[in-house]
Amino acid sequence: MVIKHKNIFKTESSWSNTDEKLLCLDTGSWRTSRPVLDKDKCNYCGLCALYCPPQCMKDAGDHYQVDLAYCKGCGICAHECPRDAITMVPEGEFSDG
Amino acid sequence: MVSAQKGQVMVITGNAVAAYGAMLCRPEVVAAYPITPQSELAEQLAQFVANGVLDAEYVEVEGENSAMNVVLGASVAGARVVTATSSYGLVFMYDALQEASGFRAPIVMINANRETPGIHAVSSGQQDMISARDTGWVQIIVENDQEIMDQIIMAYRLAEDKDILLPTMVNYDGFYLSYLAEAVEIPRIEDVDGFLAPLKKQPPRQKLVPGLPIGCGSHGMEMGYVEARYKHCQALERVKGKVDEIDKLFGEYFGRSYGGQIEEYRTDDADIVLVTSGSATGTAKTVVDAKREAGVKVGLVKLRLFRPFPAERLISALKGKKAIGVIDRSICFGWKTGPICTELKALTADIGVVPILSYIDGLANLDITVPHIERVIDEVSAAARGKPYQDVTWIPMEE
Repeated sequence: MVIKHKNIFKTESSWSNTDEKLLCLDTGSWRTSRPVLDKDKCNYCGLCALYCPPQCMKDAGDHYQVDLAYCKGCGICAHECPRDAITMVPEGEFSDG
Repeated sequence: MVSAQKGQVMVITGNAVAAYGAMLCRPEVVAAYPITPQSELAEQLAQFVANGVLDAEYVEVEGENSAMNVVLGASVAGARVVTATSSYGLVFMYDALQEASGFRAPIVMINANRETPGIHAVSSGQQDMISARDTGWVQIIVENDQEIMDQIIMAYRLAEDKDILLPTMVNYDGFYLSYLAEAVEIPRIEDVDGFLAPLKKQPPRQKLVPGLPIGCGSHGMEMGYVEARYKHCQALERVKGKVDEIDKLFGEYFGRSYGGQIEEYRTDDADIVLVTSGSATGTAKTVVDAKREAGVKVGLVKLRLFRPFPAERLISALKGKKAIGVIDRSICFGWKTGPICTELKALTADIGVVPILSYIDGLANLDITVPHIERVIDEVSAAARGKPYQDVTWIPMEE
């Protein structure tokens, strides 16, 4: 048997590094609304990143930036933000949405 | 490797032997929920930890599903682990069994075989492990108390091998071996350390570490899933040769070996062969010896490795024989023949088209007796001579 498939995982089991490609379906395409951050309100507390289920809130030094390739649009970050700095905006309002 | 020194001989039950065997391998995390007929084993392991004989974390779980998930978490964090169960307990951890093998976690689990739910039977039978055959685990069946001890040590050597990394289930007949006290040589812990030492020389396996976000068993959509399953199946294929190799090394080191995937007993010049597994094998060997005295050229194959199924070794042992009788201590829902017999029949193209007679016996604590095995040998002999035979016989129903 000739195996032509190039391995995704470097290990025997399906270990994946969350800093790299998440090795799953393009979960960003599931989204119907996306989190938009008001940087003036954000105090960089990190709760959005802590609660984010797919862990796609990336540390940008003075705020957290969503990785739209994986954000499913669940809105938990907006719900948890103590300063209401995140608003969920429908995808239809974006040209790339 | 030099040979081990002789260990102390103790007369103890199969459950206690299993606890000693696990303890000697120095697991760092133990989680087990007591269930008949395994309870003594869970209690003994707890006693070892309480007495300081075993330096391990004993997690008192509220059920078997948690037991498997606790040892799974500990295993992917890099710990050596052990758990033990039986029957309903094994069924209750069915999802976790598949997580464990999918994560390629080298867990060693000891299972005292017992009948499964539906008809409440607190009694012996292999139905529990048979029902878990598609969970991706390595499954090994042993015959006596000494083999419980030795196989648990070999199970760690197998499971944690870098070429394998698969959870391994060591099975023994509950009620028979679990409560049967036999003379067992307990290896010295230094010698067990010596036998398991090569595992420490391997490159460290991938681990979950606090603060380093990494996923295990996750993100398996599409090709990730296919690749992980392909690697899992390849690893199961490698188990076969590795079981033979470890058994040979164990023999050289401790002076006891068991044939690896299967034990072939008087099969070389045999015309007909019995296939058995577990504790009934001892009785069957006695009957084979008696029939040999009477001039019947009968041999026996003891199936030790059930998953992966030792196809190549079975073909080599059974090719050219005139008839085969398989005794199953469990049933195969949806097939009329017993599970081991059904799987053996998948090898017919390689073994040759000869009568393969299925016998269901020893369910629910019913003994597989000498007269039963004599009858099997007589019927298989007649089938080999071209006499008509019955495909499947439920021995207790015909008595």
